[in-house]
Amino acid sequence: MKRGLLALGMLLALCTVAFGSGLDAFKGQKGDIAIAGGTAHIPVMEKAARNIMTANPDIRISVAGGGSGVGIQKVGEGLVAIGNSGRKASEEEVAKYGLAMFAFAVDGVATIVSPDNPVGGLTSDQVCRIYAGEITNWKDVGGKDAAINLYTRDEASGTREVYWKKLLKKGTIAASANVVASNGAMKTAVSRDPDGIGYASIGYLDATVKAPALDGVVPTQEAAKDGSYPVVRKLYMNTKGEPAGIVKAFVDYVMGPDCVQIIKDSGYIPLH
Amino acid sequence: MRLSALLTGCVVAALLAFLVHFCLPLLDPKTLAGLLTADWRPFHGGFGILAMAAGSLLLALSAVPLAFPVAVGVCCFIHGLGSPRAARLVLRAVQLMTGVPTVVYGFVAVFVLVPLLRAAFHHGSGFSWLAAALGLAVLILPTMTLMIHSQFQVAEPRIRLTAAALGLTRAQRLLHLVVPLSRRGFAAALVLGFGRAVGDTMIPLMLSGNAAQLPGSPLDSLRALTAHIALVVATDSHSLAYLSLFAAGLFLFTATAGVTIALRWIQGGGRP
Repeated sequence: MKRGLLALGMLLALCTVAFGSGLDAFKGQKGDIAIAGGTAHIPVMEKAARNIMTANPDIRISVAGGGSGVGIQKVGEGLVAIGNSGRKASEEEVAKYGLAMFAFAVDGVATIVSPDNPVGGLTSDQVCRIYAGEITNWKDVGGKDAAINLYTRDEASGTREVYWKKLLKKGTIAASANVVASNGAMKTAVSRDPDGIGYASIGYLDATVKAPALDGVVPTQEAAKDGSYPVVRKLYMNTKGEPAGIVKAFVDYVMGPDCVQIIKDSGYIPLH
Repeated sequence: MRLSALLTGCVVAALLAFLVHFCLPLLDPKTLAGLLTADWRPFHGGFGILAMAAGSLLLALSAVPLAFPVAVGVCCFIHGLGSPRAARLVLRAVQLMTGVPTVVYGFVAVFVLVPLLRAAFHHGSGFSWLAAALGLAVLILPTMTLMIHSQFQVAEPRIRLTAAALGLTRAQRLLHLVVPLSRRGFAAALVLGFGRAVGDTMIPLMLSGNAAQLPGSPLDSLRALTAHIALVVATDSHSLAYLSLFAAGLFLFTATAGVTIALRWIQGGGRP
């Protein structure tokens, strides 16, 4: 009886600890977690990793970029424990690798132009026709008389996928569009080109670029959250099969209450 | 020595076998015909890499004539037209240039050259064939200069006494004896410069605009094969788009091998 009580007490104590903080799942554990993939995820991953490694120095977490496609590929081939992607893995990829997907945040993708560009708003139809190469001068959409320079992302980009599907309605993108390789490169290119137009994750927006309103809605994370801004995507962590051990603990931590603020601070909307 | 030679040989052979192996699925006539078009629209079933192959060749073929006269000029300066002190200084500077990572040239050009071209020509975004060709010309300049320089160094001692006996000045010696004697060095420099220009990735990726099209003018955007591989490698690894990269790799491999063989042939005095 006494022993039973003691065991119960210990169990209770353990439960309190376990539910007390997401970091406790890592107590007494050790090992490495390698993470790679989508560049939008990196701020969240790094902050979560720092918290975990500070609480438990026996755990080492490395965070690398590479893009959504690289994330899925690397986790599928077993090169990293968690592969991040800003797009849902394709059915073939899920079938081939047996991926488990964990969506933890929502991110919006905004059209961006140079801050010097007088155009303050565009309709989705105008954006489609600009990207298709049908509208080629800013004066046709209320701007100055100058040729429009198109910027787009490579085919592996999760940002491109959501923009192309949800805003361009899978329409054509003119072959003459310049292709850049990351959200950061897009921001640099458009901020320095007074006649350029591009698109980037809302988390990347700052004073160097301007995001014109789309059909009257200014693209902000708030608008993305309440659904008034439609060009949004989920950010995923992918594992090969169901995660176990410290990888599961990491996924749970990012999906748990502790990371809500981290995700918000990084400019995204937590899903939980 | 022999072992390391053998090892290197094996690695190259393995690389070729690997590329050929992955190209095999592309060999059915329909796919191959699709591959050899200029139509790159992976979401609409276009996997042509011809525009990129043409882009690589155009870039290299324009960078070499831009760099060659400068390289010859620099060598003439070092070998007699300039004062010995200035000559030494220039030579050191050129040697230093060989060590600059190509991404540095690319980065500086994005912030200096591209806006300059945009402002100067009022056509397009500045990310263009011309921008990348100028960047590549700077990249291959030291390679070509040092190749010609070493040839001058061989030629000079052989004719020094003769030239002195004829009472030639340093400039006369250079123009009438050293330059004609160094024909093989010029040819080698051209081939080597071409090889480096075709093989570089960062400069085309950062400066050429990467639009998968055949450019209509030097101010249009184009995409080189190396940049194409870098951009597409992160896509879904089971797609035809991904497989087509191996064909692109094989093309580059063949081009580089061709350059190496040409170089051997030139250095061997025109005998196979």
